[in-house]
Amino acid sequence: MDNGWMIEVENLTKRYPGRVAVAGVSFTVARGEIVGLLGRNGAGKSTIMRVLSGFMPATTGTVRVAGYDVFHQADEVRRCIGYMPENNPLLRDMRVREYLKFRASLKGLRRAVARERIDLVLQQCGLMDVQKRIIGHLSKGYQQRVGLADALVHQPQLIILDEPTIGLDPNQIRAVRQLIKDLGGQHTVLISTHILPEVEMMCNRVLILHEGEILAHDTPDNLQQIMSQGGQVIAEIVAPQDELHACWESMAEVEQFDLSAAEGEYVRCALTARPGVDLRPQVYALACERGWKLRELSRSRYSLEDIFVRVTRTDGEET
Amino acid sequence: MRAYLTLVRRELSSFFISWTGYIIIAGVVFLIGFSFASLLRGLNAEATPVPVTQLFYETLYFWLVLLIVAPLITMRSFAMEKATGTYETLMTTPVGDAQVVLAKFTGALVFYLILWLPLVACIWIVRLYSNDPSAFEPGSVATTYLGIFLLGCLYMSLGIFASALTRSQIISAMVTFAMGIALFMVSFLGKSVGAQTSWQSRVVGYFGLMEHMRDFAHGIIDSRPVVMSLSLTAFFLFLTWKSVESRRWR
Repeated sequence: MDNGWMIEVENLTKRYPGRVAVAGVSFTVARGEIVGLLGRNGAGKSTIMRVLSGFMPATTGTVRVAGYDVFHQADEVRRCIGYMPENNPLLRDMRVREYLKFRASLKGLRRAVARERIDLVLQQCGLMDVQKRIIGHLSKGYQQRVGLADALVHQPQLIILDEPTIGLDPNQIRAVRQLIKDLGGQHTVLISTHILPEVEMMCNRVLILHEGEILAHDTPDNLQQIMSQGGQVIAEIVAPQDELHACWESMAEVEQFDLSAAEGEYVRCALTARPGVDLRPQVYALACERGWKLRELSRSRYSLEDIFVRVTRTDGEET
Repeated sequence: MRAYLTLVRRELSSFFISWTGYIIIAGVVFLIGFSFASLLRGLNAEATPVPVTQLFYETLYFWLVLLIVAPLITMRSFAMEKATGTYETLMTTPVGDAQVVLAKFTGALVFYLILWLPLVACIWIVRLYSNDPSAFEPGSVATTYLGIFLLGCLYMSLGIFASALTRSQIISAMVTFAMGIALFMVSFLGKSVGAQTSWQSRVVGYFGLMEHMRDFAHGIIDSRPVVMSLSLTAFFLFLTWKSVESRRWR
């Protein structure tokens, strides 16, 4: 049963009345990975997570978590999963420690074990100082950490977090991200978000979802590399404009160029290379050869954000 | 089992953490006290051979408490969890659906029974100040409480079922109230159905809550009402269980 995959999703489809939320999605997640599900609102992220957590079944397709079938072995699956749903619902009238005790007991932890685990997660999530406070009176950042602590308390193999940083201020976001990053290695983490830098910072792998389908599936770096091929090179050079003009025109690798005056005597050249070509060494060599002064030489990499927009937009235009 | 007890404790404490529980208790104490006062006035005017317990329940306050309090107690159980989203965190823990339903029911029932404790005090006061020790017969008090318990089971299960159907507490309360009133009205129907022997009147007779309660207050335990309320309770709990489970077949 156990073949090293933490999550195996095969042809998962989920239909709601009158709407297909997820259409034939397949992917796998290895143990110890941090994987980000990226997509616009309504792309099917939460639906996939709900199916994974065993809250609702798939319409068709099989989903396995740690080798257990999510539908037929729901209890085993629930024991392996720490799940924090969207908007982090908590029993707001309880105190932090009391809530974690309650949750630990529901998850079947024995009292002594629970006490130990609660102390640990309180520390891990930085909740030691507020453990006696009522959850509803805490700031949103703290509440989010309580949700995380709840997801962690029974030492699950897989942690599923649905938009864990939504509605937090930048400092709180940073803290929560660091926490999630620290979880990698010992736990497998699946997070969903529509905030791109988050994925870039935390995840080993990204799944880009759009209208219920997976559009791209790779590491953030690879995605950037692939998508940035044919990116623009910017060079600021001191040279007569017509000379530059002739030079770029004669270069076979340059598909397109644009010259504009920068401050001082510099000319700003925006060069678009043919796919798969890095122009920078050639530009440098050329400048050395002709004795031009070169001030800037950079390739604009697409951020994940551009990639996301490009991927989801192309799809939109096709349909 | 441990998860069940944890859930029951949580259900109960949620009544006492928020104001709702205290407001309900205050309302019920007021109603019971009111019926007690009017009862004493009646007893002062003339002696009666009817047991005190029956007098208590025969004032309409008793039914008022049952009909109004049942929706108030049960409306939170599932509807609130659905509305706040905690339903999702609850249902993704390794706790069975049936356990959750039973725990919600037990919590509501225990709270309901706590509500009726002041009645004991009232009856005790009557006994203390009346010269007649037969005013307080432990047997008939016990059967009265059995009746209160059985009716509570029935109405709590009904309310829990209504609550499991919706995410709005108000709708849940209204559905419970409507179904509760309908069930209660059946006993009035009995009078208009006609001949005592017709099958209609026998069917209606099985559901005549007022008649059942009168028996209990007299100290009579008839098996029919016991079976009726317990089986209806089981039926509603079963429906609740299935409706909770239904998210897995939709």
